[in-house]
Amino acid sequence: MESVLKLEEVVKAYNKHLAVDRVSFEVPKGSIFGLLGPNGAGKTSLIRIITTITRADSGTVFLNGEKLGGRHPEVIGYMPEERGLYKKMKVGDHLIYLARLKGLSKSAAKEAINYWLEKFEITDWWDKKVEELSKGMQQKIQFIATVVHQPDILILDEPFSGLDPINTNLIKSEIHRLREEGTSIIFSTHRMEQVEEICENIVLINQGKNVLQGNVQDIKQQFKDNLFEIQLEGQPVLAENENMQIVSRNNGTLVVQLQDDRASNQLLRSLMDQGHHITGFREILPSLNEIFIRQVEADPKF
Amino acid sequence: MEKLLLIIRREYLTRVKKRSFILTTILTPLAFALFMVIVGFIFAYESDDVQRVAVIDEAGILESGGISNETSLIFSVEDRSLEELRANLESYDYDGILRIPPITNLYAKSYTIYYYSEKTPALDVETLISQKINKRIEAYKIQKLELDIQQLEALDSRVSINPEPLDPETETRSKMTGAVGAVIGTFMGIIMYMTVFIYGMMVMRSVMEEKTNRIVEVMISSVRPFQLMLGKIVGVGAVGLTQIAIWAILIPSLGLLVNLIFGFDTSGMESMGPGSQNIDPDEAANTVQQVMIALGEINWGSMIVLFLLYFLGGFFLYSSLFAAVGSAMSDDLGESQSLTLPITIPVLMAFYIMFVAVQSPNSSLAVWASIFPLFSPIVMPARLAFEPPIWEVVLSVVLLIGTCLLFIWISSRIYRIGILMYGKKVNIKTLGKWLFSRD
Repeated sequence: MESVLKLEEVVKAYNKHLAVDRVSFEVPKGSIFGLLGPNGAGKTSLIRIITTITRADSGTVFLNGEKLGGRHPEVIGYMPEERGLYKKMKVGDHLIYLARLKGLSKSAAKEAINYWLEKFEITDWWDKKVEELSKGMQQKIQFIATVVHQPDILILDEPFSGLDPINTNLIKSEIHRLREEGTSIIFSTHRMEQVEEICENIVLINQGKNVLQGNVQDIKQQFKDNLFEIQLEGQPVLAENENMQIVSRNNGTLVVQLQDDRASNQLLRSLMDQGHHITGFREILPSLNEIFIRQVEADPKF
Repeated sequence: MEKLLLIIRREYLTRVKKRSFILTTILTPLAFALFMVIVGFIFAYESDDVQRVAVIDEAGILESGGISNETSLIFSVEDRSLEELRANLESYDYDGILRIPPITNLYAKSYTIYYYSEKTPALDVETLISQKINKRIEAYKIQKLELDIQQLEALDSRVSINPEPLDPETETRSKMTGAVGAVIGTFMGIIMYMTVFIYGMMVMRSVMEEKTNRIVEVMISSVRPFQLMLGKIVGVGAVGLTQIAIWAILIPSLGLLVNLIFGFDTSGMESMGPGSQNIDPDEAANTVQQVMIALGEINWGSMIVLFLLYFLGGFFLYSSLFAAVGSAMSDDLGESQSLTLPITIPVLMAFYIMFVAVQSPNSSLAVWASIFPLFSPIVMPARLAFEPPIWEVVLSVVLLIGTCLLFIWISSRIYRIGILMYGKKVNIKTLGKWLFSRD
């Protein structure tokens, strides 16, 4: 698949502290990508390199197949974790200013801003000063400022921190819509459960190093323990052997671990043969959080 | 470049449109005008407290000529005795008694006269009386010693130095050039000093605000930190120029207006100084004429150009330093002071040297300070009216521009790191480290 962003062996050190240590990954075009890792793992350092705020000490970054350079900020939309606006500026002027710094002409900026203000039903905010808005309102403005220039790639650093549930939903649905329109989106967060449902691909960073990467479903398959949950009526008689262990048994809910995940059919058949009525059956896949913790604990340096 | 212009435009417009800016820009000249009106009224005010003074002339110095009255002082020579007057001062409607004892020694250098009154006489009354009596004693001595008045008047001569250039081709200078130059120089120096502080601090505060506001990270994902810093400095500098330009027009025109409406007699102000009665009107007119000639002699064109050059140079030099310091600061005020101090010290030093430069514009301190780029923006404008040698001006301007570029470069190196650095104690050493660290 074509990639919108490609990092090759990127290194960045601050005062001898290696913040980013030979990180490589690719972000497929038009996908939602998760940049995951605990606090201080080097996510923000990586993002600052991608957004051309800082430069990598070594390694290369390719954006749309070109080496990262001067004109690229205009195709990137970046919402930092710590966000702010000029308090004394009027909403309209502020958005025009930020849009024009991204290379939009004045009329194009106006048009795009009007589109977004209408979409969020806040056209009457144009002449309001930023300081007059509530925090939730400012978050909306911040989001508009990030996407107003129709970036090819949208980078959101902890986008939901400090967002109220309404704005969280609003932005989630906007992100999905933008993705439909072809925008590639990078999420950076330490809260894995938040992105599990959204992201197709992830990269896991720990202590500046790339720990794990790939398609979320593939990773889950790779790390799964072949656990199955069966809901049924009655007390089945199951003999444990090296191919099957009962993990828990509880009020008609049975959790078993199989040596081979293809053996699930066999298990079900034997249960059915015993005459039990099966009401539910599902494979338990590990959460990204569990996988991450497992990976970090496996890291001998930790 | 386009982005830089956008930044400059925003920095300029948001400040110029601010109510506080409009108010200070308009109110300051109004305050000046009001001040002039009040000062005018104060000086125009003459004491309504009329003092009646009885004079007992034991020396007989008033026989030829008497003593002239003033609006607030009325004299009358009395024949009654001191004792009688002292006892019945009020019934005779007097406020004080002036006794002039007989003059025994015509060659004495000092004489004592006595003034009897309930209240100690005011200073201006005292000086007025002693001046008048002094004149009478002089006349008395001339008469008694049988001196020739014409010869005496011939003794009273004055020397004034008329500065002439070595090269006879150049125009001669007026004698007031020095004084006028000093006034203009001080004025320019003070403007420069205030500009550096007020607008430099404005840059610093604004950088700090952007950092604590966290808008800066959004900004530098669109523009280079250098563009943001430079745009801010240029924008604020334009605000400063706007304000000074408005004042340069408003203050003199309001001053003129005040003079036209209230028509204060400015000569009244001059005559208030003690001993100024001796200035004869011809000489005053002559002084005014000399001042006008001196003002006319100044090359205003090159002076204004150079002033602007030093204004911009000084402003860029110091405000880039202020921007660097602002980027390194957190909200901790104590820390901010320890970082701004190294910048304020040279500004203060330059300010004091400026006063020396005005007094003796060609002293080696003045010359070297006006070439040294940290001092030159404040010291050189103070010397400009004295026409310093061309080579000094050229050297000073070249050094200033060079240092300016160097400081902007240094500051931008510190700035780009500082604005992304949070919660870190910063001192001069860390700033030095940032200077050489990579992007």
